[in-house]
Amino acid sequence: MNGANPDRVPALDPVNALDVENICKYYGDFAALRDIGFRVSRGSTVALLGRNGAGKTSLLRIVAGLSKPSQGTVRVLGADARQESARRRIGVLGHGISLYDELSATENLMLFARLYNLEEPRKRAHAWLERTGLERVRDGLVREFSRGMRQRLAVARAFLHEPDLLLFDEPFTALDDRAIALLQDLLAEAHAQGRTIVMSTHQLKEALELATHVALLRRGQIAYFGERRQEMIEDAGWLYRTFED
Amino acid sequence: MSARQPVRIEPRAGVGLFVRQAFTITGKDLRSELRTKEALNASVAFSIVILVLFSFAFDPLASEQVEEFSGGLLWLVFTFAGALLLNRSFVREMQNDCLDGLLAAPISAAGLFLGKALANYALLMAIEFVSLPVFGLFYNVRWARQFWPLVGILLLGTWALTVIGTFFSALTVNLRIRELMLPTLVYPLMIPALMSAMTLTTRLMSGHPLGPDESLPLRMLVAFDIVFTLLSVAFVDTVLVG
Repeated sequence: MNGANPDRVPALDPVNALDVENICKYYGDFAALRDIGFRVSRGSTVALLGRNGAGKTSLLRIVAGLSKPSQGTVRVLGADARQESARRRIGVLGHGISLYDELSATENLMLFARLYNLEEPRKRAHAWLERTGLERVRDGLVREFSRGMRQRLAVARAFLHEPDLLLFDEPFTALDDRAIALLQDLLAEAHAQGRTIVMSTHQLKEALELATHVALLRRGQIAYFGERRQEMIEDAGWLYRTFED
Repeated sequence: MSARQPVRIEPRAGVGLFVRQAFTITGKDLRSELRTKEALNASVAFSIVILVLFSFAFDPLASEQVEEFSGGLLWLVFTFAGALLLNRSFVREMQNDCLDGLLAAPISAAGLFLGKALANYALLMAIEFVSLPVFGLFYNVRWARQFWPLVGILLLGTWALTVIGTFFSALTVNLRIRELMLPTLVYPLMIPALMSAMTLTTRLMSGHPLGPDESLPLRMLVAFDIVFTLLSVAFVDTVLVG
């Protein structure tokens, strides 16, 4: 995958981007995730669906290595999710923008470019600021940005290091039209480049148009995991009616 | 450069990468703090106010009496001011879920921890070097007579405070009563290091060099620094990734 860049670190797993086996997550006595297991092959785009509290965020946090499962294992591109080799290949966009208000847009992106050990961090940061339409405010502090600008900068941060696996938690929420269009373009481009995308969302239409696979979570368990079907696009409510109610 | 150009990863790896990433975090924290000055202003103001208020309780002309408790007073001020500063260390990362961004990046938890600890260390040392002339002025003490040994003790004692404080700042960051929990957890653990630093500082403030009698507290301070640095580095990943 990512044939545009032969200099990258060699692939760790030739087939699967994600192996999730028997994941359970407990918060005290509450089981947020119960016996979750699935595999995502490279190049797939998975729409992770489910009602509020179904466990989407908990699952994505575990896959991203931000939280440890109470039980079970997660392999990202063949490596443990907390290994640095795996994290180098993951791009995460969560509920927060993960950017520092008191730093400028350039400083924020340069910080992450350095942490990802990218060459020419300033040029890389400026290139992504241009791509996201923020080049005119590149030296402005993030705290002075509008909500839409902050979201676009967060998108730039997630894509900055050209991750092989993109993990997005409700990426379309609170985005303005421009940011939605930008994100859709970037996701389509990432998919065309053979990158793997897993995104949780409540925006069924946008998600199902992009997805090759669908995972439906219901009360912490997988209610459906499989290829996206045509009836899902034609009738977005079909999935919930068939597998949830 | 275009965003579509393929990304190139620098060949640096191992210790070089670890050090560079840690210093990147240090630079980020120092830049953030120097722009907002939230914790720095509060800590410096607190130190000066406490020193000035305590000066009313003692006769500034009785410099021998002051020298006897100078180490204790200074280290208590540094510890209390340090708690204000260290509390902010990981709280800063909660805004906009910045900690998630750092944990998702390929930086080891140890590198992240040491980077933040170094930033806190630099800020705490700055607070101490602002406080010392104030102490000298209000307590009529010639505090710089053993300047370089004093600097050495400040470096060792401050690292002890920093490493413990930064670790517990990470541990308590999700607690609602973290402002209370941090000192409650840090101060009892700090007792061996504080006692050593106080003893050594008192000796140096009175103008005497460190002698064989001070070797035990000095070794205690060095051992404390090494042991708690290693423990913090070993356990910080468990603390940060719950």
